[in-house]
Amino acid sequence: MAKLPKDLLGLRELNAEQIQLILDTATACKDIFSRDLKKVPTLRGKTVVTLFFEPSTRTRTSFEIAGKWMSADLVNLTVSSSSVAKGESFVDTARTLEAMGVDLIIIRHSLGGTPRLLADSVAAHVINAGDGAHEHPTQGLLDLYSIREKKGRIAGLNVVIVGDILHSRVAKSNIYGLTKLGAKVTVVAPPTLIPKGIGEFGVTIETDLDKALRDADVVNILRIQLERQTKAYFPTLREYSKLFGVNLSRLRQARPDLLVMHPGPANLGVEISEEVSVHDQSVITEQVTNGVAVRMALLYLLTGGGNKDEILH
Amino acid sequence: MKYCIKGGEIVNPAGEYSGVGDLLLDAGQVVAVGQELPVEDAVIIQAEGKMVLPGLIDMHCHLREPGREDEETIASGTRAAVKGGFTAVACMANTNPVADGAVVIEYVLSKARQNGWAKVYPIGAITKGLKGEELAEMGEMAEAGAVAFSDDGKTLTNPAVLRSALEYAALFDRPLLLHEEEPKLADAGVMHEGYWSTVLGLPGIPALAEDVMIARDLLIAEYTGGKVHFCHLSTAKGVGMLAEAKRRGLNVSGEATPHHFTLTDQALENYDTAFRVSPPLRSEEHREALRRGLQDGTIQVIATDHAPHSLEEKHREFALAPTGMIGLETAFSVAWTELVLGGWLTKEQLVEKLSVNPARLLNLPAGRLQPGDLADLIIVDPEWEWVVKPEEIASKSKNSPFIGRKLKARVETVWVNGILKYDGQKFVE
Repeated sequence: MAKLPKDLLGLRELNAEQIQLILDTATACKDIFSRDLKKVPTLRGKTVVTLFFEPSTRTRTSFEIAGKWMSADLVNLTVSSSSVAKGESFVDTARTLEAMGVDLIIIRHSLGGTPRLLADSVAAHVINAGDGAHEHPTQGLLDLYSIREKKGRIAGLNVVIVGDILHSRVAKSNIYGLTKLGAKVTVVAPPTLIPKGIGEFGVTIETDLDKALRDADVVNILRIQLERQTKAYFPTLREYSKLFGVNLSRLRQARPDLLVMHPGPANLGVEISEEVSVHDQSVITEQVTNGVAVRMALLYLLTGGGNKDEILH
Repeated sequence: MKYCIKGGEIVNPAGEYSGVGDLLLDAGQVVAVGQELPVEDAVIIQAEGKMVLPGLIDMHCHLREPGREDEETIASGTRAAVKGGFTAVACMANTNPVADGAVVIEYVLSKARQNGWAKVYPIGAITKGLKGEELAEMGEMAEAGAVAFSDDGKTLTNPAVLRSALEYAALFDRPLLLHEEEPKLADAGVMHEGYWSTVLGLPGIPALAEDVMIARDLLIAEYTGGKVHFCHLSTAKGVGMLAEAKRRGLNVSGEATPHHFTLTDQALENYDTAFRVSPPLRSEEHREALRRGLQDGTIQVIATDHAPHSLEEKHREFALAPTGMIGLETAFSVAWTELVLGGWLTKEQLVEKLSVNPARLLNLPAGRLQPGDLADLIIVDPEWEWVVKPEEIASKSKNSPFIGRKLKARVETVWVNGILKYDGQKFVE
């Protein structure tokens, strides 16, 4: 039977069986959503800390709800304004949390690899909630979950990921997860936003969005970080939108069952038009819901859960 | 003290005698090299099965004194040097204060006279404060003992300043040691740009950043006729351009470090900051190009770029850790294991790159075992197999990328100016 490692740092280090285990467990967790009383005692007595060095209301709240529904004791730490300002080192912060008997730490950081440094410094379990341009495994898992839920499978699907592949941790977690489960992945971006060596990840590289969408079953649209424009990756948002934005006319050219996804928050009118974001084919809000289920599954599995039937009681 | 080293294999490409034989040293000098030398009243050192080499010379290291004596001092750095078989080291100018005037050069030399285990040859800064704007007082520094000039760690981005520096340095016949990285192309990069930087999500430094500067500086070197030495080459194109420039007769040279010709960017897979270095460890094609460049003579020198950093500074987020790794104590064994046992270099070529050529480039009276020469020499046991352990490192800092690695060959005995400094596994106080 599949078993997860001590920490969830990325999907690169998981195999297909481990990913399936997480998705299956998330299905069981999602049952809780339909209950009036959304709380199970599964993680009673466990202390979970969210350690965010980068603001993210969305991901942090999702983890917080997941933890609360499973009865964990939760502490939120936003670190940028406290210990770093005092000159406290990262390793020291990690050891302090360890000394307080924390069971699981969820970390977000602007620098790739920091969750690994944390995981190597503490005995507590660590979940990477996004690190620099490295990985965002829980987003990758909730995307996989949403695709599987809607399409019934992942193997054999054509998935297009469009946007800032160069700086995207979501893109990479998606690529690892999708290719491990048998999907075909095409990345679409201006050449300035395609990172070196991405072809070696087993994906197809494309710069023509219309061409890529022709046979696509799923399109995952990445957020364009407006501040990156200053680096001259592309001339204007207007031109980006024209070449790489998913709008209604592009959607009409694609297959009628094309699934539209976006990790959020979206720049409406830039990488995705508002009409597409609320279209029947869009699952953007369901992705958010599924995010809670996937995170519940991870909290459970990492803190020692084995049998998914236990979750519900 | 008089010593007779008997029966070792003398590897002496710049001297008149090589091969199995004896070496007699007395009063700080080599007295005789050859077969069956008279022993007289000398201390006999049996060296059968061992190699006897001219002392190694590192033309690129950081001793951190003055300014960061917590990381390294001239005393600790030269102990590390001696342990690694280096009887002379040239230390870079990026100290605090910067070695950009005769006073700091004299300070370094005076500390070396008091506490040095190996000979120390200071390198002066090219520009004041390493700012790349105004020339430092090269004449006074040369007079005080600077053997070369370098703003190592910082690229001379202003081509007019480099032109002036090359023209001016010709007055003193000192080479400029150049660190080549176009800062705008390197941007905020922290590792080689390629497959692994994409996997790790760390901003990359393209090989292009180094290549662009080498191309520019070769043109400036050609125009001025100046003496240019490229520090820590790391790219395939850089090696190619150096080879082409030499064919055209330019006065240029280059060095490779043991970490660049041994490791690749894959070593960063676990975000271990011990592998963060400038220029970054690059991909396999670049590593192989360095080995080929060493093999065909394009790269004449192996230098360590020994850069000590404290544990506290290195044990942190990868992108925030300082660049650099120590290397004095492992350089010979790494080069032997990788290049000689790997079939890339003969032992004579290795001695040329670690001793003969650095001596020539810096005009040092060393690199040879010849009667009348100062007795800077080492005995190496080529069969000695060892594992690099932090507790055995003599440097004050332990930031070695080779910790835990099994290496072949080890420096056993070291004389500097005919004085025994290291014997077996212990320093001779």
